[in-house]
Amino acid sequence: LARPARPLGPYDTSEPVTPYAQATTYNNFYELGVSKDDPARNASALRVRPWTVEIDGEVQKPVTVDIDQLQSWFPLEDRIYRMRCVEGWSMVMPWLGFPLAALLRRVQPTGEARFVKFTAVNDPQDLPGQQEAILDWPYVEGLRLDEAMHPLTFMAMGLDGKVLLPQSGAPLRLAVPWKYGFKSIKSIVRITLTASQPETTWSRAAPDEYGFYANVNPAVPHPRWSQATERRIGELRRRDTLPFNGYAEQVAGLYRGMDLRRFY
Amino acid sequence: MTSSPVSPEPATPRRPAPRAPLGWLVPAVTVGGLLPAAVLVLDALGGALGANPVQRALNQTGQLALTVLLLSLACTPLRRLTGWTWPARIRKALGLLAFFYALLHFGIYLFDHGFVPSLVLADVLERPFITAGFTALLLLLPLALTSTPQSVRRLGFARWTRLHQLVYASACLGALHYWWGVKKDHTSPLVAALLLAALLAARTLWPAGRSRAGRRAASR
Repeated sequence: LARPARPLGPYDTSEPVTPYAQATTYNNFYELGVSKDDPARNASALRVRPWTVEIDGEVQKPVTVDIDQLQSWFPLEDRIYRMRCVEGWSMVMPWLGFPLAALLRRVQPTGEARFVKFTAVNDPQDLPGQQEAILDWPYVEGLRLDEAMHPLTFMAMGLDGKVLLPQSGAPLRLAVPWKYGFKSIKSIVRITLTASQPETTWSRAAPDEYGFYANVNPAVPHPRWSQATERRIGELRRRDTLPFNGYAEQVAGLYRGMDLRRFY
Repeated sequence: MTSSPVSPEPATPRRPAPRAPLGWLVPAVTVGGLLPAAVLVLDALGGALGANPVQRALNQTGQLALTVLLLSLACTPLRRLTGWTWPARIRKALGLLAFFYALLHFGIYLFDHGFVPSLVLADVLERPFITAGFTALLLLLPLALTSTPQSVRRLGFARWTRLHQLVYASACLGALHYWWGVKKDHTSPLVAALLLAALLAARTLWPAGRSRAGRRAASR
């Protein structure tokens, strides 16, 4: 299926896009189940309307906004990003959305704001995964403010020209392409700017395995498996994993002087 | 020249040799045990293994290896518990099937790593998760090689039995490997570990050397 021709933007990869059918049936979204095919199968359990997003904390203009209104605030952009899962597989995702920086500028972070905390949907009544204590619900992720303001950091509402499906994190999700996929929190209901580093779900669940930064780094193995290689979905053989998932040129400067073995 | 039998036809019409009861059992277990492999191959050829077929095949063969190994470990407790003799007769077939799936699992892992020895060696030495799985397979190797009646004779039953107790270590390492390989939801590895613990405990509850007749006598 040919995508409408458009020139690649400065943040796009020219690598072949992962087929939509695979990108929407092979997912990690524990709220909808732990198997890769659970999220697609249980997609209907996630009610994506009505949906509001609360933006609060260290901001001058806190707001609770309906998702459709939020979308109308920003022109939607295309971003073709690599996505590298901490489990050692990867995809190329044609997101549709807007830079997080645009949203943050709108709510005007205070001088105290240093971090951004994201909270995902919490609906144990309907979400099968939340009926089990697999993780501490709701799912929480976080970024340093400078990471959040980076032009690559993206809020996705669509994939491959279509509205996001529940299994992909509808109606609003994060896409931080230089970090392992679990940082790119799905189905966001709340964005809170904070002065101190928020506790995040995976780093609480297994602090020795999943750090706050979770930058893609082939040189720092997961304690149980190597991160040196990855399998691109659709390919049979593994390929080498690139530092910062191939975005080193754009983002390595954010971490200058930091020991990336310590801040994994 | 034809290869006619040397012995003459018997004078009386020969009755069919008394077939061993349940003679179909071992072939049935073997064929049935290989069916999942056939399904896996068909799925692979038909593109039915999903978005990450190598990972799926890796998981399936690993789970099969551990499952069949647990089944082989269930034979002895089942025999001692019930007095049935047939579980003992399928034990070897199950053990070899477990080895077959473990080997297949390792083969897919090697393929996944491009058959690069240095990469695999580093993985085996540095990742406890891989070390455990690899050791589990390694321990099954001498058992598979000595699975013939000739080997039992050559080694002597006592030594052969002692050697084959390696299966306990292999199963424990296999269960550990499964546990470590899972990112978060440990339900399946936990079930495997509990089943293994139960099967090992059963061996102490119904120790060897107590025949059904012996138990009958004792219970009288």
